[in-house]
Amino acid sequence: MRHTLAVMVENNPGVLARVAGLFSRRGYNIDSLAVGRTENPEVSRMTIVVEGDQRVLEQVTKQLHKLVDVIKISDVTTERYVDRELVMIKVSATPSQRGEIMQIADIFRARIVDLGAKSITLECTGNDGKINAFEESLRSYGIKELVRTGKIAMLRGIRYTGVQAQESE
Amino acid sequence: MEITAAEALVKCLEKEQVEVIFGYPGGAILPVYDAFFHSTIKHVLVRHEQGAVHAADGYARATGRVGVCVATSGPGATNLVTGIANAYMDSVPLVVFTGQVPTSQVGTDSFQEVDITGITMPITKHNYLVKDASQLPRIIKSAFHIASTGRPGPVLIDLPKDVAQTMIKFQYPRTVQLRGYKPNYKGHPNKIVEAARLITRAQRPVIYAGGGILNGGASEELLALAEAINAPVTNTFMGLSSFPGDHPLFLGMLGLHGTRAANLAVTNCDLLIALGARFDDRVTGKLAEFAPQAGVVHVDIDPAEIGKNVQVHVPIVGDVKLVLKELLARVEKRNDTSWLDQIQAWKEQYPLHYDPEGKLKPQYVIEKLNEITGGNAMVATDVGQHQMWVAQYYRFKRPGSLISSGGLGTMGFGLPAAMGAQVGMPEQQVVLVVGDGGFQMTMQELATVVEQELPLKMIIMNNHTLGMVRQLQQLYCDSRYMAVNFKFLPDFEVLAKAYGIKGYTLRTNEEVDKLLPEALAQPGAVLINCIVDADENVNPTVMAGKSISEAIDC
Ligand SMILES: Cc1ncc(C[n+]2csc(CCOP(=O)(O)OP(=O)(O)O)c2C)c(N)n1
Repeated sequence: MRHTLAVMVENNPGVLARVAGLFSRRGYNIDSLAVGRTENPEVSRMTIVVEGDQRVLEQVTKQLHKLVDVIKISDVTTERYVDRELVMIKVSATPSQRGEIMQIADIFRARIVDLGAKSITLECTGNDGKINAFEESLRSYGIKELVRTGKIAMLRGIRYTGVQAQESE
Repeated sequence: MEITAAEALVKCLEKEQVEVIFGYPGGAILPVYDAFFHSTIKHVLVRHEQGAVHAADGYARATGRVGVCVATSGPGATNLVTGIANAYMDSVPLVVFTGQVPTSQVGTDSFQEVDITGITMPITKHNYLVKDASQLPRIIKSAFHIASTGRPGPVLIDLPKDVAQTMIKFQYPRTVQLRGYKPNYKGHPNKIVEAARLITRAQRPVIYAGGGILNGGASEELLALAEAINAPVTNTFMGLSSFPGDHPLFLGMLGLHGTRAANLAVTNCDLLIALGARFDDRVTGKLAEFAPQAGVVHVDIDPAEIGKNVQVHVPIVGDVKLVLKELLARVEKRNDTSWLDQIQAWKEQYPLHYDPEGKLKPQYVIEKLNEITGGNAMVATDVGQHQMWVAQYYRFKRPGSLISSGGLGTMGFGLPAAMGAQVGMPEQQVVLVVGDGGFQMTMQELATVVEQELPLKMIIMNNHTLGMVRQLQQLYCDSRYMAVNFKFLPDFEVLAKAYGIKGYTLRTNEEVDKLLPEALAQPGAVLINCIVDADENVNPTVMAGKSISEAIDC
């Protein structure tokens, strides 16, 4: 099963290497990893999608906790959450194909971010399923380039996984 | 008043009451050594950085304090790597300082630059590259805290030369602020109640005690629990000396070269009480057949160890001493002796054995050593057959009196670690038992032993071969002995003379009987070269992939 972990870390140099190194040396597979700062400039948030059964997940979590720079870990998959990912796709497009592609973009609520003589670049956000479907529907035009940010996720409702939450516990 | 960060470093060490530093100087660490010049902290100049880190490790194991070592950048730092990994595997508290090239040159492959924080990331509990000199006191305070609390381990601080020379206002923080680091000490009360219930109900309990007992200073509580519930105790290699070696409830070591009684007890027990142990593969053998009938209570300070290798019925994360105290208040005395009778029968049926006749046997030397020292010496070992014979035949009486590389199995550890232990415990009798192979890996430290006037007693189990590997080749490679027999060895007695220390060469039981007591009674350092039978194997042994209940003699 796939789990989405929200990992709050100290915004220290090397913290990404520590986390990534841990995954590779213990043989855990990362599906995706997205990092950025949070409302607190000292804290970064990593959203890590990891594949594995309950045992693997337990070990991943425990080993992550051993890193001094890791402040808090939440498995958002165990609760109600929203997740999003952004993709940019560049497809070949002759001027005559633009109309069709723009229609597809409309359906997925994607946006055109660049237009060239022979290509068109689109941006789309959504969950896994939507992004995959979007990619599929563009495939026949010839995808020249594709980049995904990796998933980010947040709990629904008033519940949050921020660091303040930990300190009040 | 402002001082340099290097001077602040020394002040921090003084605040941490560091009494000795093991180190080796160089260019990038020059400012720090200049600051040492004005300090009263003792600096032990080793002959190789590996010696410094192993000595700090031995010092830490012997004294229970944080070991400190220092090296310069580049090759100085990389020479520490094995020792850092060794301390990490055995959960030994170290603070390691390395010099680094000036910040402006970091990342440019400049002279003697290596990314030591990158290299040691997987083998340190935490590490720091200091970029802002004003942060150094806070970092050092955190490093000592992290190294010595929770599950102990090494912490490395990499200090660029220009940072060390930067002037800062010195203030040593009183507290540490690490929101991501909060070890849990108190076991969960419900789990403790559950464990007590399982223990009271058990018919055939076995206590399996590891190095955590020693790190947690819980030997007294271990003894109290064993006697309260009348349960036999087996030690992991790392746990040896945490339970009296001559106690009737003691089974000896378990696992690969464990006693048959210990391995049979674990295989047949209905409750395994794992205390500060980690179900290492050298202990469990074939996992599926390890303690197959047993419920498992597992107490450990490191949550990641619980459930890592085996399924646990009652997990208790906490300090083993505190948890044992809580448990002791709740368990009932067990009086049923049928299980102990069975254990006794196994002990009598399968004692450790060897034939003392003929050539001098290493086991005989260890037995004599045990007799002469009454099990009270601090014994350091290297890695190999001799290490296992110490584990089997020395009956440790004092907690923490075995200094040996368990998790990493680092040849070359013995001499420098023994040296560090002796520095930390100058009044204590420290005896090193080392193979002729491992001794040659770090024997340069003989010079340090002499320079520091350490009364270390060094016994070389000289079988002219890399005994443990030879044994493996006999078992697994049809006795095709490849690259294990030494065609040349120095005369170790003469070597001792070169260093100005007393040397002995012992070849027979009689010589051991007569001269070992004399050698051990010498006031200064002594090298005792025992020429022993190369054909002797460590028995029993468990073949790869087999259950520990299927040990063989080879
Ligand atoms: C640094 C290192 N290299 C290699 C090994 C593999 N190894 C384990 S035991 C051993 C032989 C040790 O021989 P010796 O020191 O003579 O001790 P003995 O086994 O004969 O008692 C070797 C080579 C090791 N443990 N450590």
